[in-house]
Amino acid sequence: MKISNETIIEMYEKMVKIRKFENRAMNLFAEGQVGGFVHLYIGEEAVATGVCASLRDDDYITSTHRGHGHILAKGGDMKYMMAELFGKETGYCKGKGGSMHIADATKGILGANGIVGAGHNIAVGAGLAAQYKGTDQVCACFFGDASTNQSTFHEGLNLASTWKLPVIFICENNGYGISVSQARHQNITDISQRAVSYNIPGITVDGNDVFAVFEAVQEAVARARKGQGPTLIECKTYRWRGHFEGDPTVYRPEGELEQWKKKDPIPRAEKYILDNQVMTQAEMDQLNKKIDAEVEEAVDFALASKFPDVASAVLDVYTDIVEEGRTR
Amino acid sequence: MRELTYGQGIKEGMRIKMLENPDVFIFGEDVGLFGGCFGVTSGLFEEFGEKRVRDTPISEGAIIGAAVGAAAVGLRPIPELMFVDFSTVGMDQLVNQAAKMRYMFGGKLKLPMVVRLPSGGGVAAAAQHSQSLEAWFTHVPGLKVVYPSNAQDAIGLMLTAIDDDNPIIYLENKTLYAVTGQVEDEVKPIPLGKANIKREGSDVTIITYGKQVYDSLKAAELLEKDGIDAEVIDLRSLYPLDKEAIFESVKKTHKVVIVSEEAKRGSYAGELAAIIADECFYECDAPIKRVCALNTPIPFSGNLEAYVLPNADDVVEAVKSLF
Repeated sequence: MKISNETIIEMYEKMVKIRKFENRAMNLFAEGQVGGFVHLYIGEEAVATGVCASLRDDDYITSTHRGHGHILAKGGDMKYMMAELFGKETGYCKGKGGSMHIADATKGILGANGIVGAGHNIAVGAGLAAQYKGTDQVCACFFGDASTNQSTFHEGLNLASTWKLPVIFICENNGYGISVSQARHQNITDISQRAVSYNIPGITVDGNDVFAVFEAVQEAVARARKGQGPTLIECKTYRWRGHFEGDPTVYRPEGELEQWKKKDPIPRAEKYILDNQVMTQAEMDQLNKKIDAEVEEAVDFALASKFPDVASAVLDVYTDIVEEGRTR
Repeated sequence: MRELTYGQGIKEGMRIKMLENPDVFIFGEDVGLFGGCFGVTSGLFEEFGEKRVRDTPISEGAIIGAAVGAAAVGLRPIPELMFVDFSTVGMDQLVNQAAKMRYMFGGKLKLPMVVRLPSGGGVAAAAQHSQSLEAWFTHVPGLKVVYPSNAQDAIGLMLTAIDDDNPIIYLENKTLYAVTGQVEDEVKPIPLGKANIKREGSDVTIITYGKQVYDSLKAAELLEKDGIDAEVIDLRSLYPLDKEAIFESVKKTHKVVIVSEEAKRGSYAGELAAIIADECFYECDAPIKRVCALNTPIPFSGNLEAYVLPNADDVVEAVKSLF
């Protein structure tokens, strides 16, 4: 498949954006400026990027607890994301959601999610709505290897397959469900095999090769838009950080991370870009500088923003009921 | 006026909104071709077609989850789980997703969905098909909970629920499906949080909803013979709650009995008692009594079930204990 230079550059930019955002978030957490549970996407950038490059603005995604990459790839605004990580009123969720619950309905982002496997059926619902309204929108559903052991995975794939819904199930197989390795949580190696049970296409791709992901998703999206139903795409990848920031990762065999770092998706893309003269080194450097500045702007925006007024804690539970507050 | 059963009332409410708004659709276990386990959706499949009255696999998580996803992007689904007991299987989608998405996302999503949940015992369905779980749903910020007791209210509450932009738990009592009631020719939507005084009285306030409205009215008749004039309040909407109607009545009668079919421990009836004790204590001149089911699973055998569930005599006894 011929991928246009424009798309290649766009995907490279997205991956670098995610990496730099996550590195900054990692440091902010270490400095104690950002609290709570922060699950970083470093090492997995090619998956979200390759998937979302195949989607339109009006397509949907459902995300996971490790959602920053998905949200940036789908066009989320770094400023509002960073402000949300800080718990500020200018954040995507006005400080009510934090890292695990960022959503942007205007970009079709139906939310990061703190419950492993909860996105499968929500994605099915978004796909059902697209089919019901007769649009050709699709929904990409991101989830990890461990969530394929939840009932929701099976319920969701069964329903999407039975009703031929336009959902692309993207399994980010990073080898671990928190601390439990894939070999210890399921008796299969390739999760794409599970597609057989639902009579839908299932494929495994190198999740650290953005072009491989893009190509696979292009085909799945085309099928979905034509009403031919869902696809399961397993992207084999690896998270460089622990499950959450602060996780000592004692469960990892020695040398495993180093092996995966050699398959870092970003230098691989850079090599392709230089070899095929899509960009020059100078152009890439310039792009990197631009993104550095964008990340710093986002941090400045977050720092300059206010914490929400405590009275806002009782708003947004319902569209029309304001819950009782405290006198203090 | 005309006569309709409770089940027909529920259906009429859905049908009116389906004719009015193409975004309203029904799906769930056996709601289509089969017409619903209790026949509530019968005829709708033929009238609206498979697209809008859809049979699903037996996948409660997928039914609720798909409703959440569809509602989040603009439809108005009415998912049905055949029994409220099955909500346990779809509970994550109700509690962690439907109820919290709007809040977690900073108020930027609406989730207009009405989840129909047939509830209650009295039909020899035993422990996994007979529960009354309203305390679970009213406990969760982000959900609204309604529980009609008659055909007219079933229509009026359904009309309001479907137009509401928040997830609504619509509880139905299985023993009431065939009970007929007088219904206005054109039923108006009933605002949520408006109780209905079913019987005015001056000596004691009986607060109830669902099937126990009938038990309480029967008890009021029996009490009248003993010279006790009971007021019976049908809450209709458990959250939002019509506290004003409750407090007005308590100020008049100064005695309260709360009747529900729930296991007493941790019940919504307990929450009602706590609200009255908290906010209206000095108006009470007797203990606040709760008449509920016993703290057991619902048994199968008819005599055991009747023993475990509350009835009109229990209400009479509780009221008399206050005098």
